[in-house]
Amino acid sequence: MRYRIQRQLGQMLLVLVLSIGAVFVVLPFTYMISTSLKGQVYVFEFPPRFIPSHATLNNFASAWRSNNFGRYFLNSLLVALVTTALELFLSSTVAYAFARFEFPGKNVLYYTLLATLMVPSMMLIIPQFMLASRLKLLNSLTGLILVYTAGGIAFNTFLLRGFFEQLPRELEEAALIDGGTHLTIFLRILLPLSTPALATVAIFTFLGAWDEYVWALTTINEPLKRTLPIAIANFHGAHASDWGLVFAGSLIAVIPVLTVFVLLQKFFIKGLTAGAIKG
Amino acid sequence: MKTTNSLGPGREETCRKRGRRHRRVSLTPYLFLLPGMLLFLAWTAYPLLKAFQISLYDWNPIPGQVSPFVGTANYTRAFDDPVFWLALRNTLMYTIVTVAGQMILGLTVALLVDRVVFGRTVFRTIYYMPVITSWVVVSILFKYLFNSSPAGLVNYLLVDVLHILPDYVQWLSNANTSWIAIMSLGIWKGIGWNMVIFLAALQSIPTELYEVAAIDGANGWQRLWRITLPLIRPTIVFVLVMLVIGGFQAFISIYLITGGGPMQRTEVLLSYMYNQGFKYLDFGYGAALSYLLATLIFGINFIQMRFLQRRIEY
Repeated sequence: MRYRIQRQLGQMLLVLVLSIGAVFVVLPFTYMISTSLKGQVYVFEFPPRFIPSHATLNNFASAWRSNNFGRYFLNSLLVALVTTALELFLSSTVAYAFARFEFPGKNVLYYTLLATLMVPSMMLIIPQFMLASRLKLLNSLTGLILVYTAGGIAFNTFLLRGFFEQLPRELEEAALIDGGTHLTIFLRILLPLSTPALATVAIFTFLGAWDEYVWALTTINEPLKRTLPIAIANFHGAHASDWGLVFAGSLIAVIPVLTVFVLLQKFFIKGLTAGAIKG
Repeated sequence: MKTTNSLGPGREETCRKRGRRHRRVSLTPYLFLLPGMLLFLAWTAYPLLKAFQISLYDWNPIPGQVSPFVGTANYTRAFDDPVFWLALRNTLMYTIVTVAGQMILGLTVALLVDRVVFGRTVFRTIYYMPVITSWVVVSILFKYLFNSSPAGLVNYLLVDVLHILPDYVQWLSNANTSWIAIMSLGIWKGIGWNMVIFLAALQSIPTELYEVAAIDGANGWQRLWRITLPLIRPTIVFVLVMLVIGGFQAFISIYLITGGGPMQRTEVLLSYMYNQGFKYLDFGYGAALSYLLATLIFGINFIQMRFLQRRIEY
């Protein structure tokens, strides 16, 4: 009996401590939301209010309509979706070759791929910029898509190869005997069995492309080609004091991501902890 | 550390296959490799080599113009450049503070969430939210929170609510207080990632170990230091390595919150590299700086893996 009461007290203490921490995590977000609902006059009112006295959706309407955020949203969506599709296709085919074939140069290629995982991606930005300029890929969403896709190939190949190698080969061997080609095996057997791993790749690729800032900042100048992160940063530069508008724009970018995260949590967690636990 | 695990069983299989197939070289694997590898070679492998070449020249960004070969001059220039040393010091300081802060808080939260019965998923979701929010958005958000006016949320909380500070602080007009804003953002954003990784490690510890320890009369503190921490040691090393790599790559928060200022006092290696490359169009020096950074990351990783990673038996 005493033990049970002790345990319940312990649980209540745990919840209390975790809740205090959670408040600090959530506070900035709630303040962002409340600022986005405030008219310009109320943004710097003192004392600061979490629940706006005159809440309005004007900032959202103005961000979406007169400030072109609808367009930037579509640009970001297009770039992220195409990047994700390309990444899934390219990294899974590469991973399949490494997982199921023996060929000259296999190890050299694979270790070249792995070695680049330690290279900070920003380190490549100067030569990538020169290459993009030579290929007329500056100011182009295609340029963004190609660089985002290329940047993920090494890690995703590594992840998918590990997954493919754990799958039993019997099915594939049976299909080969029945006259199937490697392409049908890949498309009909391997990919359907690998949906959890592919979902992880898709989620993280989409998120990475949706949030990417530095490459877009460096290569996109034309206003109509902006993606959300550069639009938000630019917007902040241009309307430095109009915080309500800036945060309305930010929330347009953040809310879809947070929603998807809450819905697909289990894939996020799985992808993160894959390979991280046993040293 | 991940590689050894996933290569192990695969390698045996491939050896078996090789014997059976008489090493007939087929074109099929190359067809599967081709599209992905082409993109990888063009946008990752080639730029990596190209950056090294650029770093040896006084590179002229205008096409068709001559770029004189200068050998290692760009590298020696860095060693004589006070801003480079300042940026290096700032990078190290940022990395040490944010890595320590994230790991301690992340592990603490993981230990608590691991034990809590009520609302575990809710807490995990909340603590993870900053991780998936874009760096651009949270950087601008923290700039706003650390606003110098009395209505800035941090000022208001510290002065008017908690009475910790006597007066309002101009956070972003001074290097030291700017670092407080930048580093607290780095820690705040990273706790959730640490928590998720540590939580998975904690859940992989067999509960019998704790039961045995409880029978032997070990208290909570002893269990933490004698059982939990030694058993999750590989994860701690993994997290440390990943966070150090991340810390050295800090850029967006600094670029957006202070822009390296005031007076370049908050410059880090990547912001300095980026400015050299794209503000002053000094591609040669920028490329040299990026190679120095990569070498540094490589060296530190090597040392960490070498000294911290030991085999562990369950």
